[in-house]
Amino acid sequence: MPFLQLKNLHKTYPDGTHAVRGIDLDVQEGEFIVLLGPSGCGKTTTLRMIAGLEMPTDGQITLAKKEITHHPASKRDIGFVFQFYALYPHMTVHQNIAFPLENLGQCKQEMQTTLLRVSKSLGIEHLLDRHPGQLSGGDQQRVSLARAMVRQPDIYLMDEPLGTLDADHRLALREFIRSQQLALGVTAIYVTHDQEEAMSLADRIVVMESGHIRQTGTPSEIYHYPADLFVANFVGSPGMNLIEGKISSQEQGLFKASSAEIAIPSLAYTGPLTLGIRPEFIYPTDKGISARVSIIEYHGSHHDIHLDTPMGNLTMRTPLSVTLSPKDNIQIAFKQNEIRLFAPKTGHAIL
Amino acid sequence: MKHIRWFILVPYFLLATTPLIWLGVTSLKTQTAAINSTATIIPSTKEYVPVGNLHFSASLNAYQKLAIPSSGSAYSFLHYLNNSLIIGLLSTLASVALGTGCAYGFSRFQIRGAQDWLFFILSTRFLPPLAVVVPVLMMYRQFDLPNTHLGLILLYTAFNLSLAVWLMKGFIDDMPRAYEEAALVDGYTRFQAFYKIILPQSATGMAVTAVFCMISAWNEYGFALALNNAHAVTVPVYFAGLQGNIQGIPWPQIAAGVLIFALPIVIFTVLVRNHLLRGVTFGTIKQ
Amino acid sequence: MSAPILTLTDVGKRFGSIQALSDITFEVLENELLVVLGPTGAGKTTLLRTIAGLENPDKGHLTLYNKDITASTPAQRDVALVFQNFSLYPNKTVRENLAFPLRAPGRNFTEDEIGKQVNETAQILHITTLLDRPANRLSGGEMQRVAIGRAIVRRPQLFLMDEPLTNLDAKLRETLRVEIIRLQRDLRTPMIYVTHDQTEALSMADRIVVLSEGRILQTGSPKEIYSHPKTPDIARQLGYPPINLIQVHSTNGHWQTQFGTSIMPAETNQRKATLGIRPEVISTQGGRTPAQIKGVEDMGPATILLVTWAGEHIRILVSGESKYKPGDEIYPATSPSDILIWQTQ
Repeated sequence: MPFLQLKNLHKTYPDGTHAVRGIDLDVQEGEFIVLLGPSGCGKTTTLRMIAGLEMPTDGQITLAKKEITHHPASKRDIGFVFQFYALYPHMTVHQNIAFPLENLGQCKQEMQTTLLRVSKSLGIEHLLDRHPGQLSGGDQQRVSLARAMVRQPDIYLMDEPLGTLDADHRLALREFIRSQQLALGVTAIYVTHDQEEAMSLADRIVVMESGHIRQTGTPSEIYHYPADLFVANFVGSPGMNLIEGKISSQEQGLFKASSAEIAIPSLAYTGPLTLGIRPEFIYPTDKGISARVSIIEYHGSHHDIHLDTPMGNLTMRTPLSVTLSPKDNIQIAFKQNEIRLFAPKTGHAIL
Repeated sequence: MKHIRWFILVPYFLLATTPLIWLGVTSLKTQTAAINSTATIIPSTKEYVPVGNLHFSASLNAYQKLAIPSSGSAYSFLHYLNNSLIIGLLSTLASVALGTGCAYGFSRFQIRGAQDWLFFILSTRFLPPLAVVVPVLMMYRQFDLPNTHLGLILLYTAFNLSLAVWLMKGFIDDMPRAYEEAALVDGYTRFQAFYKIILPQSATGMAVTAVFCMISAWNEYGFALALNNAHAVTVPVYFAGLQGNIQGIPWPQIAAGVLIFALPIVIFTVLVRNHLLRGVTFGTIKQ
Repeated sequence: MSAPILTLTDVGKRFGSIQALSDITFEVLENELLVVLGPTGAGKTTLLRTIAGLENPDKGHLTLYNKDITASTPAQRDVALVFQNFSLYPNKTVRENLAFPLRAPGRNFTEDEIGKQVNETAQILHITTLLDRPANRLSGGEMQRVAIGRAIVRRPQLFLMDEPLTNLDAKLRETLRVEIIRLQRDLRTPMIYVTHDQTEALSMADRIVVLSEGRILQTGSPKEIYSHPKTPDIARQLGYPPINLIQVHSTNGHWQTQFGTSIMPAETNQRKATLGIRPEVISTQGGRTPAQIKGVEDMGPATILLVTWAGEHIRILVSGESKYKPGDEIYPATSPSDILIWQTQ
């Protein structure tokens, strides 16, 4: 039996918004799960239902072999980290962190030991006497992490905890979260719209869109084998290049998009479909599809080249050794074994 | 739960409305019926009603009499109502207009000693108004202001201004500065940005402020009494003056007058009701 | 070399006891997209507001198209500003919001002209279908599109953008980023774009101004700043994953880490230095000092290895999927020409 199980979870708000539409998810003990999706996809609502901050309108939640679907938040053993820190401004950092411990009936000394251990591991022991208002955003978020950690809950739930931080703090705290998780083996569910965060933190990513799960898998599976067009475009920055075209019955293994022809692995399919290719699997060549360079984005370790082609706008990722300038006319080709194909209408992957 | 709610609401509603109902009933009575030691509360259309049951003979005489000057006063009730309306509305208008402008300045510009100024403005509310009646009266005499509408309008405006500034400052503080700054960059002047962008957005705050100013000016008694004996007397002073009338206190007329007097505030409040509700929750929800 | 459009000379601004800007001197050239990069509190927004005329500098002066504008009002400057948080007037429709800058006094457009310009702008930004919607019923991305529309509708002499994408979803940020570059190229109007996001800075800029604590640390093309940052601090701000910075001292012609391990030959006589090694220039084999892999982050197109090397925690970026697992031993190597060296005292 999985550690946390969501079964056909639904949430409809009184105003009729159907935010979550049947979520099924099994989480094993010690797993770090990231719910990834654009704003409004239902990821935060799902998290809040696991926490007991929202009650599901249908479905079932089981945590550590107990059915907790309708338990209030206070009766679940969870640690929740909010996006906006949610620290109590009138309490010191020390009081804030100690707050969750106060109704556990521990003795003073025991509380103090736990508190110091957690503050040390987060590097905030020198801030204990300050008030939250005197701290930087990064430090505030460390304190709220500490508050979630002191109780050693069954499961950590984090709602875009790094969303409001500076790049520097974000990276540092992200690596801290990951190292803590690896060291302590805790179970965590983490919500974000930032796929870089998702890829680097997750054991498994759950991609959500308009209340549904689109795909569940390891970062690599999600990136290389997207289950549908939505995932293909959403994951990756920039997303997969998507090209509309068709395979005609006479010419298996040839994908036609307007005037261009692309060789693909042959498969038993004819008719219209969408071809997907990641920017790093397009490369300049001597003889291929003609394209014109429109914008060159420098990224330090590589270039992203935006191309105008007969098949539409494509993005190609090239190493710095490839030198191109805007308005150059070039020829490009695709790495054949990295081509993905998606069915029309449903958008589901067929290759 | 639903039933308990009604057990609390119904008695409270009755308690709150009894004085109003009593006023309404009294305004339909004759002078004698009004001071009769037996209480009668059900209006009847019959000319003659037997003593001993709860019925009384109702008429609109009291309302008609409001148009006639009662003994001992120079004008009819309508004259005083007119005074109250002019003074109340104009002073409210002035308080809200000046208060909004002043609050905008405090909210958006760096004013040297702004905190002290704001405290000073609030401090004008610390003294009970009656404590300054005599000095005000003496100053007013120098400027021939007693017995004029202008005198009371100035005074009420001055008193309500502190409230207006503080309320409006709260509202404008909550409005992003970028609203006007965008307009400035777009080529509008500061004043145009204020009246095209800030003013429409502060309608809620202005409505709330106006209601408070209006109620305070409308019901004011002390200054109105001290600074007037004829021309600009307001309704509260007029009613008080009816006591000791040689014909006895005309309770039905007073009841009718009070109802009419309360009407503008009720109408005004209903008109800005939606704004008021938004005003109460303003600042609690950030979008 | 094209003529400068905007020149800032020795601009300073103080708020109470805080020196928000000091000695700011730079130029914006014709058709240029200049990015001001810095962390929160670096003075980026103050700088932009000073250029827009919303703040008056205490010191220095500004010249726009050869005209001194130091004391001009925002209206006289004819620049357009896109704000980070605020975007639109909530009670007006998109159309009214777009028309608002055109109705400003002194512009004297006829209603026909206003209508035409609003429609053109809406087409450029793909918001034609939203024109009659009230602004408070738009999504975040739509709002920021319209906000950009408000800026371009009157064809100003200079665009100023204050982190316009910061509050948007990552995916939307990516799309709009490319749209802004395209727009700037098409309109050929110079733009100053303020951000704390290094990806935006590198990918969008013709030139970057690195700002920290109110001072300019370095100005140059993205490539210059990425490959030759003047200080370790600047180096750390650019690139993802961030550059590896290692404190070393030279002993017997070798750089030694603070843990006493020699990592490579030192070709100078400096005693103490900070070495900067970009994660992408380190290969996993060929070096002499062993290292242990602590973590493997599969980022899709590339993999980040978190490695302990000579007592230092470093990151190595390898393209594609990696065959390594935590616990594996590798021998990191890098060519001396790829290493940045800053002398320290």
